[in-house]
This record gives sequence, structure tokens and C-alpha cells, in this order.
Amino acid sequence: MTNFVNNLGIILYATLIYTTPLLYAALGSCFSEVSGVVNIGIEGMMTAGAFTGTVVAYFTGNPWIGFICGGLAGAFFGMLHAIATVNLGADQTIAGTAINMLGPGIVIMIAKVMFNSTDTIPLEASMKIPRLFRGVFDTTTVFGRFMDNVFANYASTYLVFIAVAIVWFVFYKTRFGLRLRACGEHPQACETLGIDVIKMRFACVCISGFLAGLGGACVTMAISTQFRPISIVGQGFIAIAAVIFGKFRPHGALLGCLLFGFCSGLKVVLGGSSGINMQLISMIPYVVTVIVLILFVGKSRVPSANGKPFVKAK
Amino acid sequence: MTKKKGFLEFVSENRFIHILLSILLGFLVGAIFLAVMGLSVGEAYGRLISSVTSLKGFSYVVVYAIPYIVVGLSVAFSFKTGVFNIGAEGQFVVGSMAAAVVGILGAALPKPLLIPLCFLASMAAGAIWGIIVGFLKTKWGINEVLSMIMFNWVAFYLSNFIAGIPAIHSDGTAEATKNISANASTLLSKDFINSLGLCPTANWGILVAIAATVLVWFVIEKTTLGYELKAVGANKFAAEYGGINVNRSILTALAISGALAGLGGALQLMGMGSRISIFSSQEGFGFAGIVVALIGCSNPFGVLIAGVFYGALMYGGSKLNLVGAPTQLINVIVGTVVFFIAISVIFENLKRIRSRANRNAEARAIKKADEQKEEKK
Repeated sequence: MTNFVNNLGIILYATLIYTTPLLYAALGSCFSEVSGVVNIGIEGMMTAGAFTGTVVAYFTGNPWIGFICGGLAGAFFGMLHAIATVNLGADQTIAGTAINMLGPGIVIMIAKVMFNSTDTIPLEASMKIPRLFRGVFDTTTVFGRFMDNVFANYASTYLVFIAVAIVWFVFYKTRFGLRLRACGEHPQACETLGIDVIKMRFACVCISGFLAGLGGACVTMAISTQFRPISIVGQGFIAIAAVIFGKFRPHGALLGCLLFGFCSGLKVVLGGSSGINMQLISMIPYVVTVIVLILFVGKSRVPSANGKPFVKAK
Repeated sequence: MTKKKGFLEFVSENRFIHILLSILLGFLVGAIFLAVMGLSVGEAYGRLISSVTSLKGFSYVVVYAIPYIVVGLSVAFSFKTGVFNIGAEGQFVVGSMAAAVVGILGAALPKPLLIPLCFLASMAAGAIWGIIVGFLKTKWGINEVLSMIMFNWVAFYLSNFIAGIPAIHSDGTAEATKNISANASTLLSKDFINSLGLCPTANWGILVAIAATVLVWFVIEKTTLGYELKAVGANKFAAEYGGINVNRSILTALAISGALAGLGGALQLMGMGSRISIFSSQEGFGFAGIVVALIGCSNPFGVLIAGVFYGALMYGGSKLNLVGAPTQLINVIVGTVVFFIAISVIFENLKRIRSRANRNAEARAIKKADEQKEEKK
């Protein structure tokens, strides 16, 4: 029983830790996709954030400045994507592919020049995003140890859940959110109502980059201690998948990311104890996502104007 | 009404020139980065050019290009038929693994039998990987981009799993499969390679890649099947109204695209790799294929040239560290090229806006003429 409670605590901890970066990126993806811009450049924006976050934290010694700068680096690549797709009417998939090459290309090159290695110097504990509830719980009791396991997470994890609530509120309870959703459904109608579709989409793609950058920074500043070229491998695409899974809604994306995080957490516990092949266990999150989609979620309705460049009527 | 085109109009309408300009701009941005890092632009680019222009260097480029061309064809084919095959990565991986399994277990078979078997196995594996995604889409409406991303990872772990099975796993300490049988290899003979001074992995896979290029062009442009698939890609409702079975077309398109990506995996393995390592992250051939398809404008022959260009950048780029420049510069250059290709549509938009302006001017002129007629009366 004690063992079970312990394991449960570890699974929950691992679930949260895997969910966090995905969720930041997925929220970012929501902003972009819902406003009508396909953003497969999330991966590149995360990589830019991951690198910038650690480097800034390393040189300033302050994790929060690093974290924000990680977001800004993502936003910079978001802006590039926005200029190409929103202002110049470029194909969104092609521009996103370009961002996915440019982001990692540029930051790894800078890493090589700055540190003479593609890896950055590992952060010291004080430069990492802090763990909030370290030592709060009494670990001598079973329940205390369970709570200690679950809440061993970094501050970025708690922040992202607050962010989900904020994004949900913005999407469904504010004028900005209503306009944002309208831009993705029928931009021409928005224009006749005097909404500046170009400005709206531009802002959303930049926000999307900012959030993706934060997600990347979580990976290198909380889960790990340094940036390496393999820090971000596919998380951006998983985040996009989570958004499609969640039917392009922030709370849906939360479920998608949690499901994915939970399966990854399960992998950690199973991988250690059972005799099942590690490679097969690693497949679980991906297979389960597809199965859950078939059984419970079904068709995901893409915003009508998603992927279509908006050309202002003259 | 025909009018001699001005230079600007020629530039704005010619897709080929957009690509060339994008490539130039890509190298320009690369040069700026080099200069900012305090490295010699001439030395780095000189190295890049000199390493791919010798006979041996160029043979490396061609060897590198083989999988890029075939995966590029796979993605280009999917673009033409209205699906975005972001799953080429996974199809490449399962294709490569299928060829490896056949190439290892079928070592007793003679060369003329084993090589086609490896190709068939890889194409079947890739096609199945594509069809699964297509089936999820047509049967349950699961978004194909999502399932392709998932199946890329399933393929990745499946490949690692198979590489760990005792019958397949290397007998030595390497974290990889056994080497495939020499009977499954597409390498040219040692004597031939030495007499010409080619690279040691020179192989005839390029002929398969060229054949695939011609075949894809033929299917897309000259057959009813290609016409139907393109029609579904252009407008699936119109195609359905015209009597085309849309679901079957989507499945066919994904199967063909998957088979091509799988073949790319086999060609890479049988010509260059000869075994599959247990990887810790995806190798990225699928994403390279997307880039190649984009640079090649989704035109099969364009993809052929773009594949060689990409191969040259990758091989030349790997030599950049010899002059102290980071090899990642190549990714920056390629990323910039793709970025400019993406925004080159602005020329076409300009044209559209201009032609609208012309139409308006014409309409005004006609109206004016009508008014003048009225006045005369």
C-alpha cells in the first residue's frame, strides 16, 4: 500500500513535469491556430526559448529574467512567422518549416561560438526555476511523502496551470478573445465590422511564439540544467497534436497535454520496475493518444479560415 | 492582347527566379552571420564549393542526395494531392527497417532476388504506415497531421525495438542492427569505385531515384489516377461531385507517398548505412524531404535538382568545421532559403492586385467612353 501511494506520487509528479513544457507550447499554438494562422514553427520557437532562457539565466544568475527572455526569443521567431504569413501572405506551412530550421540553426550556431560546444554550461541550482514546496511536507508520514513527491515540481508548472485559466478567460470572456476567434472563422466578416484582422493575427502569432519560448525555457531551466541540441526533440509537434486533440480549445489542449504527460509518467515508473521492453513502453503515449481520439474525441473541427492567408480588400 | 513583358513582370512571374533569388538571399544571410562571428566568408564558402566540386566530393553529394530526392518526391506527391505528409519521417524509418530485416534474414538469397525484395518490403512498410493514417482520417475523421506526428514516434520506437531483437541485433557491442547482407547492398564494385576515384559509398541508388522521379511525374501528369488525385487535392467537394471516390483517393495518395518515403529509407540503408543504429532522436529525413519538396516547387524534376542541392549543402556543410565555421550555418542558410521561398508569393499577390487595378482602370475607361457616347447623342 505504502509502495503504491509512493508510486502514485511519482507518477503524478512525472505527469506534471512532462505536461508543463507541452502545455505552454500548446497554449501558444491555440493562439495562433484559433486566429487562423497554422504554426508548425512551434518547435523552432521552443528551441530558441530553451537556449536563450538558460544563457540569460547563466549570465544574470536570475532564473526569472532568463525565463522571460526565453519567451521573448520565442516571440522574436513568432514575429518572423507573423511577418511572413500575416503581412506578406506566405504559405503558413512553408514559413513554419523555415522557422523550424532557422530557430535551432541560429541558436546552436551561437552556442558553438559562445561556448565552443553545442551544449551550454549547466546551470547551478540557484539559477534554475525554483521548486516552490521543497520541505513543506512532513516526509515521515505516507501522506506527507506522497504530497512531497507530487509537489516537488518547479514553479513553472504551477504557473502554466494559471496560464491555462487566463487563456481560457481571454478566449471566452473578453472582447479580444471573441475577435480572435472570429478572425479564425471569418476574417472578411471581421473586417467589415472594423476589426483589424492583420493586427489581431500578428499579435496572436507573436503571443504564440512567446508561450512556446516559455515552454522551451522550462525544459532547459527546470527539467534539465543545460541546453543541448536534443533538448527540444518533437515537443513542439506533440503540443500541436495536443491542440488538435483538444479541438483547438485551451482547456481541451490541457486535457491533451495531461494525457500525454500521464502516459510519459507511466513510462518512467513502468520502465524501472517491469520487465517490459523500454522501447515498447515508450510508444504508449503516442498510441494511447490515437486510441483516445478514436474512442472518445472524434473529429476535430479546424477553425474555418485556418491556414488561409488574409488579403485585405482594397 | 499580347504585350511584351517588362523585366519586373518577368521576375515576378517566374517561379524559378524566385527560388534562385531565395537561394542567393540565403547565402547572403549566411555570409552576414559569418561576418558577425568574425569568420572569413570567402574561406567558408570557398570550402563549401571546393568540397563538392571535385569528382569524389560530387560523388558524395549524389550519395547524400539519394534519400533526400526520394523522400522529397514523397512529400511533393502529397502536396500535389492535397495532404501534407509530415509523416514521411515515420514512413522512412519503417521502410528502412523493413529493408534491413529482409536484408539480414534473407542473406542466403541471390542478389537479383534480394534487392527487389528489400525495395518491395520497404515500400510496403511505408505504404502501410501511410494507409493507417489515411484510414484513421477517412474512417474516424482523425486529423492526419496529428496522427502522422504520433506515428512518426511509434515508427521511431518500433525501429529501435526491432533493432534490439536478438536475430537482428548486432553480434558485437554496437547499439545497432547487424550489417545487411552484401547481396542486399547497392554499392558499386570496389574496383570501379577505385578506378574512378569515387567516394567509398558510391552506389547505383541514384538510378532508382531518377526512375522514381520520372515515374512520379508520369503518374501525376499523364494518368487518370494522377488526375483524380490532383482533383481531390484541389477541391474535394468538386471532385466528389464529379464522381471521384474521395476517400479512396486519399488512401491511394497516402499509400503512394508512404511507399516513396519507405523506398527512400531502403536506398539510404542499402547504399550508405548498411545497418540501422538505435537512435536517441529522430534523424530528420522526413523534414529534409519537406524542405526539398518546397525548394523543388513540388515538381518531380524540381525535386530531383533540389535533392542534389540539399545533398551538396549537407555534405559541404559537414566540411565547414575544417575552416572553423559551425556546421549549423547550413541549417541557417537552408532555413533562410525556405523562408524567402515562402514569402516570394508576395510577387504573385502583387500581380493579382495590379491586375485588379488594371481591370478597374479598364472599367473606368469603358464607362467614360459610354458617357461620351451618351453626350454625343
